[in-house]
Amino acid sequence: MAEKEKITVALAGNPNSGKTTLFNSLTGSTAHVGNWPGVTVDKREGTYKKLGRPIHIIDLPGIYSLSPYTPEEVVSRNYILDEKPDCVINVIDATNLERNLYLTTQLLEIDVPVVVALNMSDIVKRNGDKLDSKFLSDKLGVPVVEISALKEENLDLLMAEAFKASQTSRVGKTVVENKEVVHLVNDIKIAFKGKGVENPLFHAIKLAELDELEVAMHPDLIEMVKEFKESHQDEVFGDDFEALVADARYSYISKHYSIALTKAKQEKENSKEEKLTRSDKIDKVLTHKIWALPIFVLIMFIIFHVTFSEDILFIGRITAAIQGVKFDELELIKDPGWIRFLTADYLTPIEDLAPINGVPSIGVILQNHFGFCTGNLIEAVRGTFGGGFIGLGMESHWFTSLICDGILTGLDAVMSFIPQIMILFLFIAILEDSGYMARIAFILDRAFRKFGLSGKAFIPMLTGFGCSVPAIMATRTLEDSKEKNRTIRLMTCFSCGAKAPIWALLAAVGVYCGYDGGIFVFSIYLIGIASAVIFALFMKLFSKDQYVSPFIMELPAYHLPQAKNVGAHLWEKLKHYIIKAGTIIAASTVVIWFLKSFNWNLSLGMVDITQSMLADIGRVFAYIFYPIAPLEGGWAHTIGWSGGEGWMYSISTVTGLIAKEDVVATMAELGLEEGTIFLTVEGVYSFALYNLFTIPCFAAIGAAHGEQKGKEFWLTLLWWFLMSYGAAFITYWLMHFCRTLPGLGYPLLVVLIGGVVASGFIVSHRQKKANMEHAY
Amino acid sequence: MLKKLDELVKGETGLIKKVEGEGKFRRRLLDMGVTPGATVYLRKKAPLGDPIEVTIRGYELSLRKVEASLIYVEVSNGGEK
Repeated sequence: MAEKEKITVALAGNPNSGKTTLFNSLTGSTAHVGNWPGVTVDKREGTYKKLGRPIHIIDLPGIYSLSPYTPEEVVSRNYILDEKPDCVINVIDATNLERNLYLTTQLLEIDVPVVVALNMSDIVKRNGDKLDSKFLSDKLGVPVVEISALKEENLDLLMAEAFKASQTSRVGKTVVENKEVVHLVNDIKIAFKGKGVENPLFHAIKLAELDELEVAMHPDLIEMVKEFKESHQDEVFGDDFEALVADARYSYISKHYSIALTKAKQEKENSKEEKLTRSDKIDKVLTHKIWALPIFVLIMFIIFHVTFSEDILFIGRITAAIQGVKFDELELIKDPGWIRFLTADYLTPIEDLAPINGVPSIGVILQNHFGFCTGNLIEAVRGTFGGGFIGLGMESHWFTSLICDGILTGLDAVMSFIPQIMILFLFIAILEDSGYMARIAFILDRAFRKFGLSGKAFIPMLTGFGCSVPAIMATRTLEDSKEKNRTIRLMTCFSCGAKAPIWALLAAVGVYCGYDGGIFVFSIYLIGIASAVIFALFMKLFSKDQYVSPFIMELPAYHLPQAKNVGAHLWEKLKHYIIKAGTIIAASTVVIWFLKSFNWNLSLGMVDITQSMLADIGRVFAYIFYPIAPLEGGWAHTIGWSGGEGWMYSISTVTGLIAKEDVVATMAELGLEEGTIFLTVEGVYSFALYNLFTIPCFAAIGAAHGEQKGKEFWLTLLWWFLMSYGAAFITYWLMHFCRTLPGLGYPLLVVLIGGVVASGFIVSHRQKKANMEHAY
Repeated sequence: MLKKLDELVKGETGLIKKVEGEGKFRRRLLDMGVTPGATVYLRKKAPLGDPIEVTIRGYELSLRKVEASLIYVEVSNGGEK
């Protein structure tokens, strides 16, 4: 047989079986992997180069069966059937052989060469179990290779087998042995062959199962199938062919797999005596009846405390309380050496270093030092450029200003937060990779469902802590389109990585505005999650549809976070962050610099910021935002054409549309940074929440446009704007009244909370009724 | 004794007898291995009582009580009081 020109190999398998890890190992990519089902929602392509010739590799979304349930599963099915890869590598989680082989029995029915990859075989061995891959291979009639995608074991062997298989052809075979089913399937198969349908066996079985896609494709044959089914009544299943076929597959698997897999110790006889594995022990604590929720909140708190707090373990605040002095006046650390180490203040003469009132967290210390380095680097560039220009008589030349006050200032603001953002992502990656994230969905499902969202919708939302773009795309896993729309609209409640610099900046100015940075950031994330619940409730209250889609989800085993996965994830983030800073953010700093340096009348040359085009544009927005926080110390404070800071904050939030890092970059270019931001606490919170909830960056808007069509998409944009405006408005005034007019503020707060609880009851009551109707 | 899956107590094991429901939802359950003849073990309930987590065919599956109420099992043993 002549060798094929271009060889394409598709990776298919159950969700969370390690396809993407295998894909990364084979192609050297760093695509995102996570320890929960459904991280990959679209197919991904790459090349394996270690064989004599390049092999094209396609990573497909995970599927449990070839009867697709959600749109991303249709991608996988259609790819295998329509694009006809030269070979399918069926990736199997060897620690969960039984259910994984179910898909294998279906793949084998397609006329395509298949190679089975028993992934995680190292874990099976470590558990002391034994796999007989030779036996499996004989039974399935296709090559079986034991691999470890993570440790890159046997990958070359796997690819050699896949290459060999790709040069052959295979005719589909079924494991279903039930007489009636086989009879019916053969009849349909003959009809299909007559019609020239490809993969007749596969399609025949799906049609016999009354698979939705299949029924739609061949309406003409349905009558025949129905007649046949009526004439054959099975004793056990009646005319329930669906259960019959599924059961036939599973019986076949259990018959053979128990021989293929030898467990190290005696199979547990009684569930009560079940040996507690390490995973079980961890799980017992993390999903404990009472402690699960407090533990979740505590974990979140520790993460933000370690990353952003200026007062680790609240040592400073506690000491101040004991000594009976004000925290601001506390002199906890007086030793200049330590002060210099902790604050990275190398410029102030050592005898002038002011004592500090708390020990900063590791994130803050790293950020101080990193900020010092980038700051100096930029100063050096500024000196070189500026100095050179001064020599040329260009010290006030526009070019010097563009480089120094524009690009460098903006980039410095964005880059200096890299250490804190990396630490934050390190924690998130660890939570993801360990399997805890999937448990959070399990723990929170009921709370979320009370408010009309399923725990499943929570998974794309968790992705949203990283970046809204893949998160919005991941809403594809939601089968109900209304739930999908709701989830997309709530996505901005989950602070993405690009918003982290804004929190880091506001955390740093907490010293001046009177709050702890760590608590501030923690509260922003928590308010985000809580608001998602409240907004969801709000949407449900005014929606007729009360049905909540099912929550049938596999809970992955816990495992120690793999340095390789976590490292790849961090590297990917860092790369993305720096590339973004070097391209889109650098470009927008130039535009902002131009707008802030010139008047509409360009012939005037460079003008003062307050007379610039940017100030004019900013003032228009300042009018729009005026009601949100109009008092002194509020971020929309002072309007009119005379100046003030309100327009600076306003325009900064608007530039966030380009990329959220631009908020900080713009603020820096306008001179708003540590030491020049003096907002009241309510001003800070309303500014923060506006930026949190508002319309995300253009990339995320594009993703939403891809998932939603027409009216729904525009409604989403409107929702985002109203949600942020409303939240910022309510937060500001409520906090303001609680602080200055407690007699009005606290009753208002109580009314608000009461309203939320009451709507919760209404929605939950309606929902119970709707779901009852749906189920029966 | 025939019970609905959501009526099982923690630690009980049962044999699935019947899976009700229809369409895609039922298809999904069958595909995930929830077929008549399979053994399920109720591992635990979520902190707020719902959803529940069962072990079936060697892996952990989470589903809500509403969904579990469509699955009939014959209780074979166990359970904490």
